[in-house]
Amino acid sequence: MTRWTAVCALADLDPERGVTALVEGHQVAVFRLADDRVLAVQQKDPYSGANVLSRGIVGSAGDVATVTSPMYKQVWSLESGTCLDPGGKPAHDLVVFPARVDDGRVLVAAP
Amino acid sequence: MSPSSPGRIVVVGAGMVAHRFADQLRSRSAEGDWRLTVIGDEPLLPYDRVHLSDLFTGKDAAALALEPSVWADPRITLVTGERVERLDRDARTVTTATGRVEPYDTLVLATGSWAWTPRTEGTDLPGVFSYRTVADVVAVQEWAATRAAELGRPLTGVVVGGGVLGLEAAAALQGLGATTTVVEFADRLMNVQLDDGGGEALRVLVTANGVEVRTAAAAVRLGAADDGAVATMDLSTGATVPADVVVFSTGIRPRDRLARESGLAIGERGGVVVGRTCRTSDPAVWAIGECASFEGECVGLVAPGNLMADVVASQLFGGPRTYTPAPEGTRLKGAGVEAASFGDVFGLTPGALEVTLADPVARTYRKIVVSDDARTLLGGVFVGDASLYASLRPLLGRPLGADPSAFLAPEGGAPAPGGDVPDDVVVCSCANVSAGSVRAAVTEHGCTTVGEVKACTKAGTVCGSCVPLLTKIVTATLEDAGITVSRAMCEHFAMPRAELFALVREGGLRTFSEVVAAHGTGRGCVICKPVVASILSSLGAGHVLEPEHAALQDTNDHVLANLQKDGTYSVVPRVPGGEITPEKLLVIAQVAQEFGLYTRITGAQRIGMFGARIDQLPAIWRRLVDAGMESGQAYGKSLRAVKSCVGSAWCRFGVQDSVGMGVRLELRYRGLRAPHKFKVGVSGCARECAEARGKDVGVIATEKGWNVYVGGNGGFTPRHAELLAEDLDDDRLVQVVDRFLAHYIQTADRLQRTAPWVADYPGGIEELRRVLVEDALGIGAQLDALVADHVDGYADEWRSTLEDPDKLRRFQAFVNAPGEHDPDLAYTAERGQARPARPGETAHHDPVVARTLEIVP
Repeated sequence: MTRWTAVCALADLDPERGVTALVEGHQVAVFRLADDRVLAVQQKDPYSGANVLSRGIVGSAGDVATVTSPMYKQVWSLESGTCLDPGGKPAHDLVVFPARVDDGRVLVAAP
Repeated sequence: MSPSSPGRIVVVGAGMVAHRFADQLRSRSAEGDWRLTVIGDEPLLPYDRVHLSDLFTGKDAAALALEPSVWADPRITLVTGERVERLDRDARTVTTATGRVEPYDTLVLATGSWAWTPRTEGTDLPGVFSYRTVADVVAVQEWAATRAAELGRPLTGVVVGGGVLGLEAAAALQGLGATTTVVEFADRLMNVQLDDGGGEALRVLVTANGVEVRTAAAAVRLGAADDGAVATMDLSTGATVPADVVVFSTGIRPRDRLARESGLAIGERGGVVVGRTCRTSDPAVWAIGECASFEGECVGLVAPGNLMADVVASQLFGGPRTYTPAPEGTRLKGAGVEAASFGDVFGLTPGALEVTLADPVARTYRKIVVSDDARTLLGGVFVGDASLYASLRPLLGRPLGADPSAFLAPEGGAPAPGGDVPDDVVVCSCANVSAGSVRAAVTEHGCTTVGEVKACTKAGTVCGSCVPLLTKIVTATLEDAGITVSRAMCEHFAMPRAELFALVREGGLRTFSEVVAAHGTGRGCVICKPVVASILSSLGAGHVLEPEHAALQDTNDHVLANLQKDGTYSVVPRVPGGEITPEKLLVIAQVAQEFGLYTRITGAQRIGMFGARIDQLPAIWRRLVDAGMESGQAYGKSLRAVKSCVGSAWCRFGVQDSVGMGVRLELRYRGLRAPHKFKVGVSGCARECAEARGKDVGVIATEKGWNVYVGGNGGFTPRHAELLAEDLDDDRLVQVVDRFLAHYIQTADRLQRTAPWVADYPGGIEELRRVLVEDALGIGAQLDALVADHVDGYADEWRSTLEDPDKLRRFQAFVNAPGEHDPDLAYTAERGQARPARPGETAHHDPVVARTLEIVP
């Protein structure tokens, strides 16, 4: 059964920006979208190795919510972790962390 | 061995042509069961001899190595540092100096040339070199360094030979600090490639570069110093010149000793005789490159050698290719002057017409040779400005398409041939790639960029001079294929930045949600969000830090610092005009020491501190703000810095107070958001110590006031700023700069710097002057207002952030673990400071500790 970690209140998050949370030893990038959905992926940028993805720009590609690495601008789906634009490099997908909002609290689980 | 397989192939010589041959063999027969052994006497991997002179500019020999993946093929053996001493054609073996015996079924001679030196007395003295190999270059460099130290003074160098390589060598000696003379036997420089007029123009340019030129002179004797090293050169003119280092570049001769000794047919002027298939007089032996004599001639250029390599690779598998010499051109490289020619340089074709434009002011000489009906291009000579060479050379022997004089006109003449050259024209003669092959790379192989076409066809990868034409052909082909560069900014906005700017201003829009609802789709992306943030900021629609704008900013603008490769940030306080008090310097030093920040002087007269964690930024900036400093916007698409020289306050030559004006301009435009970063320079006199003409806005003092230049740029495509207005007083200067920046901000494209914006401005600098200085369009007041609003609304971004607890939340490392920070950061010590550690290095997570680490090499 999934073990959820409460990381913060939804009100602590700005729409379309991310924060970093520690979930069972993992650094996780947690994003609040414009429609108040919350999505989470690994914080480590697979291309630079730096822990920075929560600081990327949130946007959309078609209907899919995306984040762009602030380092070398690769783009991923926040929903599936699939790399949508590897910027000419081999594609590396992200680990997606289950995330939900419960009574105004943001919950994240290790995958 | 099956009849269709060349079996065991041995290539003697491991130069560029041998590399090409190995590469061709692999691509022609990816699965074949042949074996190839390449034996070369130089100790290095086969390298790019064409760019040998790059070594003098600090390039590493390893960087010249030709594409090494060829040698990883299990069927290919590369033997370096071994000289082949004997060829036994009866036994079909070659034997090296170390006794290695290599049997062959197919032998390819690719031994190249050797540098010929006249039998002048004293050529064996220490300090006398030839110029052919990496080893030669290294020897010259070492000699120049040690000899200058021994003599305790700068050296004088003499290059014998005023051809292409000699002039390269002369420039190289100059680069090594030697006063240099070129001695040439003929009556002009590059006498094989240039006519009298071209040779004379080249002499003027070379002399202006500080190289002494002595033509119609030969070296007759070299004299030694007391210690036995070369010291003087006697010339056939009777003069004696000092010579601490001598380089002979007096031509090359084919290396044909193996062929001679084994009884192969040798040309009258040397070289292994080959026919159109590149076979020698022995059917099992082939010769390619400079050692091969075709129709009595050996050619000392890489392009025909590559062609021969292709021919043999084709013939070995029963292919039809044969060698047809193509007319070659020559271009001077790496000598600091431009000179190039092709075809019938001397107009020797019966009835040939020459059209010449010699411009002694611009120091250019250009000549086009055409057939008697003035229609067919026969040749060209270009000195001082060789830009026409790359575009005209491929049209050799073809209709020129316009009056020859139109090409030579200084401005507005016939445009150079573009993307419509015929398919069979060879665009890249080094790699022998035709215009048709370039087009096929786009239409059949799906290449969509010049880079992809280069990788696919190898065009433009050797000397690079065809790249401009290559680019035109690729662009034209893409357009013909309906692949046009869309004007859309991204999938969310269908218009370019300038149009969106006008729409946002006219609509009075103030948030991203309003902008995307009115003019776009979706929720934006990394391209359009920062553009909208910049537009809103330029229009004064709220601070870059307001919550609705926060989601638009890249991390740099979001946390007001510049992201570094390990996820930490740099901290750069503003230092207006480069002026800083000792008290502020002390605070910077204390902060850097306390947080272990790597510290360096930036190129913009400021001090950068690197390695600040996101959670440390507020504490660092509180100290700097308390000491009276403010954000330098080193992270923003905005004004970076105003560079100034010390000016009339201190300088003996200064005519205006450049620091004062620098401070005034910097404080006026600080924080102003633009399509790209921009820089300003102010020089206090015409000596231009602030290098202002390399800036987006350059201000240079005159006796009467200020001249202002615009559109300068350093970086990838350097460009000097152009004069916009002269002799302005202080206030008028500020007004003109206001208008320039406002107009740029309103109409430039996303990430377009001022240099291309000015270059592309319809009507050019004259029209820009009418609009900005004379206010011909009546938009001056509106432009003035944009900057005035910015100045009124300015607040230091860091001070505002520190005063706002909501904004400080963005600097937490972990939302659920206050006080913790990224445990993956690791630093090591270098020159007494911290830098991010690479895997395997001694490291510590705290840079304060890391900078004290003992590094055991």
